[in-house]
Amino acid sequence: MRIQLDVNGQHHVREVEPRRLLLDFLRDDLGLTGTHAGCEHGVCGACTIEMEGMAVRSCLLFAVQADGSRLRTVEGLAKGGTLDPLQQAISDQHGLQCGFCTPGVLMAALDLLRINPSPTEAEVRAAMSGNLCRCTGYEGIVQAVLQCRAL
Amino acid sequence: MKPAAFEYHRPESAAEAISLLDELGEEAKPLAGGQSLVSLMNMRLGRPEHLVDINRCAEMDYVRLEDGELRIGALARQRRVELEPAVGLACPLLTKALAFVGHPTIRNRGTICGSLAHADSAAEVPAVAVALGASLVARGAEGERVIEASQFFRGLFTTALAPGELLVEARFPSLQGWGTAFLEFARRHGDFAIAGVAVALRVEGGRVAEARLGLAGVASGPVRAVRAEAALAGEAPSPQLFREAAELAVQDCDPVADIHGSVSYRRQLVRVLVRRALEQVA
Repeated sequence: MRIQLDVNGQHHVREVEPRRLLLDFLRDDLGLTGTHAGCEHGVCGACTIEMEGMAVRSCLLFAVQADGSRLRTVEGLAKGGTLDPLQQAISDQHGLQCGFCTPGVLMAALDLLRINPSPTEAEVRAAMSGNLCRCTGYEGIVQAVLQCRAL
Repeated sequence: MKPAAFEYHRPESAAEAISLLDELGEEAKPLAGGQSLVSLMNMRLGRPEHLVDINRCAEMDYVRLEDGELRIGALARQRRVELEPAVGLACPLLTKALAFVGHPTIRNRGTICGSLAHADSAAEVPAVAVALGASLVARGAEGERVIEASQFFRGLFTTALAPGELLVEARFPSLQGWGTAFLEFARRHGDFAIAGVAVALRVEGGRVAEARLGLAGVASGPVRAVRAEAALAGEAPSPQLFREAAELAVQDCDPVADIHGSVSYRRQLVRVLVRRALEQVA
């Protein structure tokens, strides 16, 4: 099936099999490997991207479902070599070690801040519970999101 | 972890979706949020030959109050329902339960009707539906029928929906003036419940006028704890009454043992969670 979509402001037209997961489409067809493939059944959060302004699991969507949509992946966050404030905060707070979970963490945290610009620490922890970090780096992640709260 | 091949259909209206489902019969699955279905397909636990993607049927994306009921269309996402102030006022029990459904990112896609139609025994929304006596509207080629929640769930991942039928709307009664609580225990935040309880109480003149109690994760489907409800009705709230009701709720459930907990462990969770939920509400 022929689909067209916008990823990080770039237009793409591609032919895809219906069973192609959006995650694999981004990584293998578009070469956007910043989005990571983790558990591939919606548990780990590593594949989280933004579709029509909302964070979604790209492993639980088929590429054909994104036909006509606007997507943003981790590659779309930094602007001209300047990190997004949340990326900077993750760096400042040492919110990553191996970095595998980080793209998903960023996209999920941005979704939280979009809906709730001044979350409490408990709200941050609840919102980030869908992103597993195996380096036990949660403390830094939580601090980074808190650093980005609107004052 | 890649799904098997299937044929993809993308209707633009509910009528078109239903006629496709009717035509394709048992080999077709409707795809709404896909947060359970696609995960099962990735693991090849599900291999539908046809997927009927209803995500473009915008007419089914609604949440509205009508005739004292909260009416939720097949495409209304859980996150939207959770954040909708009118839902918090009309049916706070649903709002509270939704906080336990997966994670925000899952709820951004997952739908209320999808959770009901999937009928996972540990899911939160079905427990709320049986507790509140929700009405579920199934539409097929022959027309619509309304199924009471207590008649809808038929055991593990099984519902009263016939092949070709789509759950187009869920109707939750608006319970203003009731006290409500949803509690659950899971290994990690967002996991399916090892045990969960949904409680709604209406207290009048110092006595329980009506009680509703739904349980998740402790039988092959959601359970309405009718004996506990009957024991509460007409009585003055007290710690002793709540302990007795919790004991009856334990008898109403029929848990199975799995890697997360034994039968007696799950019964103990019901005992404690029901008591705590009642104390929270009263």
